Amino acid sequence: MSSSLIPSPSTVQPTLLSHFTATSCIGQGLRPMLEALKAQRSGLKPCDFESVDLATWTGAVEGLDDELLPQTLRAFDCRNNRLAQLGLRQDNFDHAVRALASRVGRRRIGVFLGTSTSGILQTELAYRRLDPATGQLPADFMYAATHNPFSVTSFVREYFELEGPAMTVSSACSSSAKVFASARRMMAAGLIDAAIVGGVDSLCLTTLYGFNSLDLLSNSPCQPYDAVRKGISIGEGAAFALLERVPDSLDANAVLLRGVGESSDAHHMSAPHPEGLGAIMAMQQALAGAGLQPGDIDYINLHGTATPSNDAAEAKAVAAVFGAYATACSSTKGATGHALGAAGGIEAVISALALQHGFMPGGVNTHTLDPELPVNYLLENREQVLHQVLSNSFGFGGTNCSLVFGRAQ
Amino acid sequence: MNMTESVNPPTSLLTVYVEGIGLLGPGLSSWEEGRHQLDGQSPYVAQKTVLPSPMSLPPAERRRAGAVIKVSLAVGHEAVNAAGLRAADLRSVFTSSGGDGINCHEICLALASNDRLISPTRFHNSVHNAASGYWSISTGAMASASVLCAHDGSFAAGLLEAMTQASVEDNPVLLVAYDTDYPEPLRSKRPVPDTLGVAMVISPRRSDRSVARITVDCATALTDATADKMEDAALEFLRQTIPAACALPMLQAVAQQKDSALVLTYLDGMQLKVQVAPCR
Repeated sequence: MSSSLIPSPSTVQPTLLSHFTATSCIGQGLRPMLEALKAQRSGLKPCDFESVDLATWTGAVEGLDDELLPQTLRAFDCRNNRLAQLGLRQDNFDHAVRALASRVGRRRIGVFLGTSTSGILQTELAYRRLDPATGQLPADFMYAATHNPFSVTSFVREYFELEGPAMTVSSACSSSAKVFASARRMMAAGLIDAAIVGGVDSLCLTTLYGFNSLDLLSNSPCQPYDAVRKGISIGEGAAFALLERVPDSLDANAVLLRGVGESSDAHHMSAPHPEGLGAIMAMQQALAGAGLQPGDIDYINLHGTATPSNDAAEAKAVAAVFGAYATACSSTKGATGHALGAAGGIEAVISALALQHGFMPGGVNTHTLDPELPVNYLLENREQVLHQVLSNSFGFGGTNCSLVFGRAQ
Repeated sequence: MNMTESVNPPTSLLTVYVEGIGLLGPGLSSWEEGRHQLDGQSPYVAQKTVLPSPMSLPPAERRRAGAVIKVSLAVGHEAVNAAGLRAADLRSVFTSSGGDGINCHEICLALASNDRLISPTRFHNSVHNAASGYWSISTGAMASASVLCAHDGSFAAGLLEAMTQASVEDNPVLLVAYDTDYPEPLRSKRPVPDTLGVAMVISPRRSDRSVARITVDCATALTDATADKMEDAALEFLRQTIPAACALPMLQAVAQQKDSALVLTYLDGMQLKVQVAPCR
């Protein structure tokens, strides 16, 4: 390991999650999400998305057909941006953004969102409507506002009429975790005072048939860390957080981003490093940045996709950093499905809820823990005051990101 | 800059040094050749981009590599070699307005057909971080890799991210910006004419190899002024049609070794202001 990878010895300044929300198949907004987690309820159902003929389960968000974008933003209309807007409307998140904009200025708020497939569904559908004579796409197909990876970030920025820096982070399933790292750096550099971060990813044929081609889809609800796990259940969702500098006085229940770790496996495009080497580096960096020891983490929200190789590699990495069967952990993907580019954001919000409500969500759908995975995996919810939580997000291309969140007190 | 010092920020400058550059595009075979075309010493002649085979990949992957992988690996290696650094040690920021256009087209065609089977390689090459993944796998780089998109402003978005990473994390960063063309019918909706890639290794500290200093004033970085154009009509065509070519005004300032205040294409109605100064 080269010297440049050793985390800087100085700890970094925490950042406040002043507002957050999430929408997924377990509910729109924080309250239904919390209730579903407390009841250990899964939102996964047999896939009936569009014309998909695969024997798999999905975590679809209800109500997207009825979500109308504002007249001035109609060019952005697609499933992904409808999901973004549905997410923004929950938990008064939109009011919080507008209040913040009037306080710090529209040019001082960045928008950094993660997505893996953006509005590609729009292009998939448009390819069924090619002009039979010319082969051209239909006139109503809008590339920039729907298909392009920047579409969702551009939509959110225009929705709030913000004028600050903006970009989409699209590194597969680490996307909406890595946005926290970018936002924090831009705030530290003084480019912005606050940021909207998060992620939005929606069901599409590319990911359903793509993961099917890799034999990574489970034909039953996904079972993270189970001995008989067979693969993922694809979900969709929108998660948003407002990041601000930590004010002088804080509510004890406030949630802070304390540490971030980012690394690459440098191993394989679609398979994790078998020993979880990149994951180990990401978790260690996140701890070092937070100025914490492994024993300071009360709960780990695992990446836990439920593919045989992902869970095996992550379990080895967690055991290497935290010790075998040590820190309590679980994957919430049995409840939400794997929302890909939105997963990191959704699980950041679940981590924040766990801190604020003093509970660790037990893994849903998992019945018989894989004895080969040396981790302290929770099958039942556990009520307990939590101080620090770590969340893992890993993706294709060997991209890894770990985030450490903490309660203010 | 140390993050612990940034509690009361604004009024700060982001300053980085350019340690190495890579360039490949239509009529631009490398930075070594291209810088003479940009500073006016040799004429720029537009011609189709010639993509080298990515020799750093194993033979099977080399055969399947699309334009985004070929261009980004080529410019990445040119920049890292010029910087005299090891690729394996570097953090990276990859930025592109699209991704692999042909791969995307083939997937959409298959999904619109009666036989929706797509190959695993097509699928994993469809992720926006495919080029970044191949870079890290082929160089052994285990440091952070960020992969971005801001449509036509993708170069400026990548530059800002790379500059903040270099400054805040206090490490050199490899920035790779690249775009490639879609086949029809997407081409009519997104008429990017050809492939172009730009790479820069930037460092928070000046070295013997530094060729330029880039500064962004955080308080005034965003401007509603219009982006600077290239004087040469053929180069200006590239700048207007290939998002990664929005780097050309900055590369020209470096090639000419001239103090320049530049406005680079970024977001709708909001551009990025940078200062470029020579180091020699």
